[in-house]
Amino acid sequence: MSILSLIIKREFIAKVRNKSFIVMTFLSPLLFVGIAAFVGYLSSMKADMKRVAIHDETGLFVNEFKNTEEYKYLDLSAIDIKIVKDSLIKDSYEGLIYIPKTQDSKALEHKIQYISNDSPSIVFVENIETVIADKITKQNLENAHLDTLAIKKAQANVSINLSKSSGEESLKGLNEIKIGIGGIFGYLIMMFIIIYGNMVMRSVIEEKTNRIIEIIISSVKPFQLMMGKIIGTSLAGILQFTIWSIVGMSLMLFASVFFDVNIGPAASVSPEMMQTAQQEFAGTAQMYIKELWNLPIATILFSFVIYFIGGYFLYSSFYASIGAAVDNETDSQQFLLPIIMPLILGVYIGFFTVMNDPHGTIATVFSMIPLTSPIVMLMRIPFGVPWWQLLLSITILFGTFFFTVWFAAKIYRVGILMYGKKPTWGELYKWLKY
Amino acid sequence: MSNILEVNKVFKKYGDYTALNEVSITVPKGSIYGLLGPNGAGKTSLIRIINQITMPDSGEIILDGEKLHPKHVQHIGYLPEERGLYKSMKVGEQCLYLAQMKGLSKSEAKKQLEYWFDKLEIQGWWNKKIQELSKGMAQKIQFVVCVLHKPKLLIFDEPFSGFDPVNANLIKDEILALRDQGSTIIFSTHRMESVEELCDHIALIHKSNKLIEGRLDAVKKQYRTNSFEVGILTSNVEGLMYELTQKFTLAQTNFKSLNDELKLEIQLGTALPNELLHLLTQRGQVTHFVEKIPSVNDIFIQTVSEK
Repeated sequence: MSILSLIIKREFIAKVRNKSFIVMTFLSPLLFVGIAAFVGYLSSMKADMKRVAIHDETGLFVNEFKNTEEYKYLDLSAIDIKIVKDSLIKDSYEGLIYIPKTQDSKALEHKIQYISNDSPSIVFVENIETVIADKITKQNLENAHLDTLAIKKAQANVSINLSKSSGEESLKGLNEIKIGIGGIFGYLIMMFIIIYGNMVMRSVIEEKTNRIIEIIISSVKPFQLMMGKIIGTSLAGILQFTIWSIVGMSLMLFASVFFDVNIGPAASVSPEMMQTAQQEFAGTAQMYIKELWNLPIATILFSFVIYFIGGYFLYSSFYASIGAAVDNETDSQQFLLPIIMPLILGVYIGFFTVMNDPHGTIATVFSMIPLTSPIVMLMRIPFGVPWWQLLLSITILFGTFFFTVWFAAKIYRVGILMYGKKPTWGELYKWLKY
Repeated sequence: MSNILEVNKVFKKYGDYTALNEVSITVPKGSIYGLLGPNGAGKTSLIRIINQITMPDSGEIILDGEKLHPKHVQHIGYLPEERGLYKSMKVGEQCLYLAQMKGLSKSEAKKQLEYWFDKLEIQGWWNKKIQELSKGMAQKIQFVVCVLHKPKLLIFDEPFSGFDPVNANLIKDEILALRDQGSTIIFSTHRMESVEELCDHIALIHKSNKLIEGRLDAVKKQYRTNSFEVGILTSNVEGLMYELTQKFTLAQTNFKSLNDELKLEIQLGTALPNELLHLLTQRGQVTHFVEKIPSVNDIFIQTVSEK
């Protein structure tokens, strides 16, 4: 067996046998599914009924408020406003809509009050405003002797259909799905780099503090040891992700069957409505599925693997050299920040810039810079990226990867034999010249 | 080929600091070679270069007639001063791993391990984790790992630190046995009494330069001062003392004896020992007459403080 594969095997086994690895591997999906099921359960619960009092001195609006599942409106116009206000808390009303009597409807527009000790949600307030505004508008129209029905007929309702030049119909909201898919892959890469990069670093520090390092590098080259460590750890990580996705998916399936968690508000819709909705939904769903199949799935998966390998190796060689430079994990903080920054930057650019303008200058530039490209480019790919850009970005990534591995190996080689010193950036630079 | 290792003018710089300044040493086959020097002299730098952990800036190293090559790691066994093992790995697995790194096959490594575990009476440790062992126990394992692949050249950096006297003796005997089986041993230490006891060749490195090298007895000859420790029973102490000071340089000395004699350290200068002995036998009963041989410790301190 070659020495490299010997090291890879040992690193892999050491990681996989670790208790925290076993616990993490099997507990995380349980935890994840548990949280998902809990959220599902919460959202399927009905909200408490809230009672809202209305004191309408004009008598015009009180019947416009329709009771909903959440809000029940009670007409207290007959009772004196002062008494109503006082009894607000005692009779546990959510709030009071007070519509005073004014000379004309114009004056009324800014006189209406909502009295409540809780701050109402924006949606609720907007709803009240719409109800009253609609009523006033209708009255104004009637006062002006205009035919409300004719106006309603005359109102246009425009909905734009999206399509490509090839004639295929596009769907609204597809951008969100695309960024969602790219986002998941980009985010996975970031998580993997941080979690397993840290593992590589810890394992380097462990060898240093154990003082086994000198015994090992009298038999193997530091470069072999570093690469073996990075590869072995990544294999453990891939195993963990595979287990996560298998366990997670089967648990999700199991949980959704067992707890009968409803997705969406389908439960409250009557059967007839559901049928028509279903037909409509089925049509749209088919289009979405078709659209999803039109995404460059092969390209996405292929580049996920490529960027995953390139990005992970690039960053973990940094992590390895940091591990070699310091004596314990606490000392590593000052060196870790510059590593984590570009990762976070990548995710932010992905979610904000790529979503708005997937092929704009910023998104394109950052999908070329090797420190952010594994995340940003993966988020761009669902929107369709020209081949030359993809190739260029991958070439830059792997070129930088070979450079950083060389660079990291130099720091690693010197660092692992330095004990009891907390190096500065300047010293790291000096090590490069040893 | 009578030399296992030849280091020729090895030069190594770390930044602006010169760690080794054209150091050359020659280690004969079958010897126990003491590499001495104060802290920071460059011993560890030299050992790391021999182990190919670091590369020299210039100079060359010949191992058993061949220029040093990465494949030679399997002919060298190294016990570093800063040593340790994976804490959470089992002893047996760990030894197998390290032995395979030295080029042994798994079955061969296992066979050798069983032999050594039997010899050092640590058979029961195979499935223990290092963190369950004491420091001395872990050091035994490190020793086994270092010699397991039957290297031609063994390099021990402070091998006895951390051992109790019983285990230190055990290891010492093993080192001698390995020498008798044909291995050559380079041995870096501050403990001069073990140098005195074990080494037949020494080299002294100080401030990046090699100052002394050679067979231990030759080095001692070079540093001898022609001084003798003398004990004599005489009735006329004053007269003898006067006579001696005319010819030689005297100094007070002390050694264990059963008599209440006059004890002197006499520096002969160019005179021969027989001249002194002749003089003494005429004046009284000689009870003690020993040449004062410089200890390695003396040589070490003298050389290091001279420079």
